Amino acid sequence: MLELLDVTKRYGERLALDAVSFTVGDGRLTGFVGGNGAGKTTTMRIILGVLAADAGSVTLGGAALTDADRRRFGYMPEERGLYPKMRLLEQTVYLARLHGWTPAAARRNALELLERLGLGERTDDTIESLSLGNQQRAQIAAALVHRPEVLVLDEPFSGLDPMAVETVQGVLADAAASGAPVLFSSHQLDIVERLCDDLVIIADGRIRAAGSGEALRSQHATERWELLMTGDAGWLRQAPGIRVDEFDGGWAVFEADSDAARRAVLTEAMARGEVVTFTREHTTLAQIFREVVR
Amino acid sequence: MSTQTPTQAGRPGRADRPDPSERTAPSFVDSVGLIAGREIRMRVRSKAFLWSTGVLMLAVLASVVLGSIFGAQESTTKVAVVAGASAVVDGNEALEPIAASDQDEAEQMLRAGEVQAIVAPAASEPLGITVIGLDSTPESVVAALAVQPTVELLEPAATDPTLAYLVAFGFGLVFFMSAITFGSTIAQSVVEEKQTRVVEILLSTVSARALLTGKVIGNSVMAFAQIVAIAVLAILGLIVTGQRVLLGGLGTSVIWFVVFFAVGFVMLAALFAATAAMVSRAEDIGSVTTPVTMLVMIPYFLIIFFNDDPTVLAIMSYVPFSAPVGMPMRVFLGDAQWWEPFLSLAILLATAALAVWIGERIYRNSLLKTGPRVRLGEALQG
Repeated sequence: MLELLDVTKRYGERLALDAVSFTVGDGRLTGFVGGNGAGKTTTMRIILGVLAADAGSVTLGGAALTDADRRRFGYMPEERGLYPKMRLLEQTVYLARLHGWTPAAARRNALELLERLGLGERTDDTIESLSLGNQQRAQIAAALVHRPEVLVLDEPFSGLDPMAVETVQGVLADAAASGAPVLFSSHQLDIVERLCDDLVIIADGRIRAAGSGEALRSQHATERWELLMTGDAGWLRQAPGIRVDEFDGGWAVFEADSDAARRAVLTEAMARGEVVTFTREHTTLAQIFREVVR
Repeated sequence: MSTQTPTQAGRPGRADRPDPSERTAPSFVDSVGLIAGREIRMRVRSKAFLWSTGVLMLAVLASVVLGSIFGAQESTTKVAVVAGASAVVDGNEALEPIAASDQDEAEQMLRAGEVQAIVAPAASEPLGITVIGLDSTPESVVAALAVQPTVELLEPAATDPTLAYLVAFGFGLVFFMSAITFGSTIAQSVVEEKQTRVVEILLSTVSARALLTGKVIGNSVMAFAQIVAIAVLAILGLIVTGQRVLLGGLGTSVIWFVVFFAVGFVMLAALFAATAAMVSRAEDIGSVTTPVTMLVMIPYFLIIFFNDDPTVLAIMSYVPFSAPVGMPMRVFLGDAQWWEPFLSLAILLATAALAVWIGERIYRNSLLKTGPRVRLGEALQG
């Protein structure tokens, strides 16, 4: 388990991180969500030791992180890049060797991974000669070639084509399934919502919410209901104890003052036409995010 | 998409946990070795590097060979000797006499370009001969035949001033070229890593110190190899073309030059790397490294203009940035006491250590700051 406790970082006068604390459990895919400048990249750089925190601690399995531990982390920085003039295989092997692999094992790992990422034919091409999509895959290879035991990925999906998004999703799911703590940040809330077990929401350098997806959803659940029926649902506006939030023909989202009022709506709708959907509105991550960040 | 199966779910780490013998915790030295190795590999592969080295080697070889050709030409001059004048020419090492039966034959040889001048007997002249040229006074022949008084110097100069100038120029040029070439190479390599953002991946694996050390060592090795190659080529060229005279007395100063160069280059390389780390784009390298470039250029011009001024040379031989050129020069001229190079080397070593320490600080604090140029104060504070 990766744990951050009261991590604080200042850039001059600006407080970039204010006592940030959260945990990334073993085998848990943890989404790290926040606006631009909220402190995601700074937090990840501190976890990787690329930046030093002013205060606070980062521990793995209860012990303070050492450089040797960090060598077993897989990191994809937000700012992507590799050596443009190095060949793909050469570069991947080089990174594996910097992480301490023997030359033979580094080469074997790199070849396996590049094959799996669909780059098996491109191993002798220089990075600059690869297509954009293949460069993205090469970046994934760079983060994974040393078989990391903890993954920290900053915006791993940004700028990826749909095929690469699928590849990365598979890689993240595999890593988590094998018990590795996985932390990744993303602006694409739908992907985070679909993939993640746990969520951490940050704004202005402070953690606003953290916990499992279900817990957050039930915590922030609204009393809104959704109705989709044949015919026009305009009558809903006059129904007693009902406030309509959104409306479009036969579809409406409304809040009910009481269970009785809500049941009356269903009865009325069934009388007026065929009810396609009548369900409590699903709380999306976007809604939770807007609420906690406000 | 995935063929991997989570066989050991619940246990931390990847399912395909590696054989521990294939993976070690690399030491600082291991990391530095890998980084330096990559620098050297990429440099050797670069066409620009191969071309510039080739051109430099050719230039050195050409100057040695040309020097030998011009030297050889000056040594003897062919003259046609008309019967009766041979006694004057015989035994003169600078002249190669070719016998002519009479003046007409000698004039034909001169017009045909076979000889440079004619030496003919002339009873009316005080010397008893006359020298005939084609369209200008044959200076070399006149000089060879001139009667000169014996010259004696009370305080002979230890070294021929022309030779001293050549040696000064050689030390200065080699240091200047290598420092500028490999200094800008290291600067480009630093900015390339910053500009392509690969530096963040590297820093998550190795320390900034290992990265900087690897770069400095890799490029120093290349600079050193180039210097040694040039020195070997020049010495071989001098030996093959029979110019052994030039070699004498150079030995000790060349050894000092190599030692000072090694330390001085490490110092400059650290400064080049540190200043380059402050910018994010290759276009800005020139302006940000200008102060360091000046530190390389000033000694070059000083040694060319002041190689005969003992005071300037003495100062230069102790100032760390000019010591790699100044001290070997003084050793060559025989001006330096035996302990002076050691003292100067100690000063240079201390300055180099300080430069590396400051350089590392600037480098570490600037690497992740992209965008506008990092201010020096900010880079030093962190």
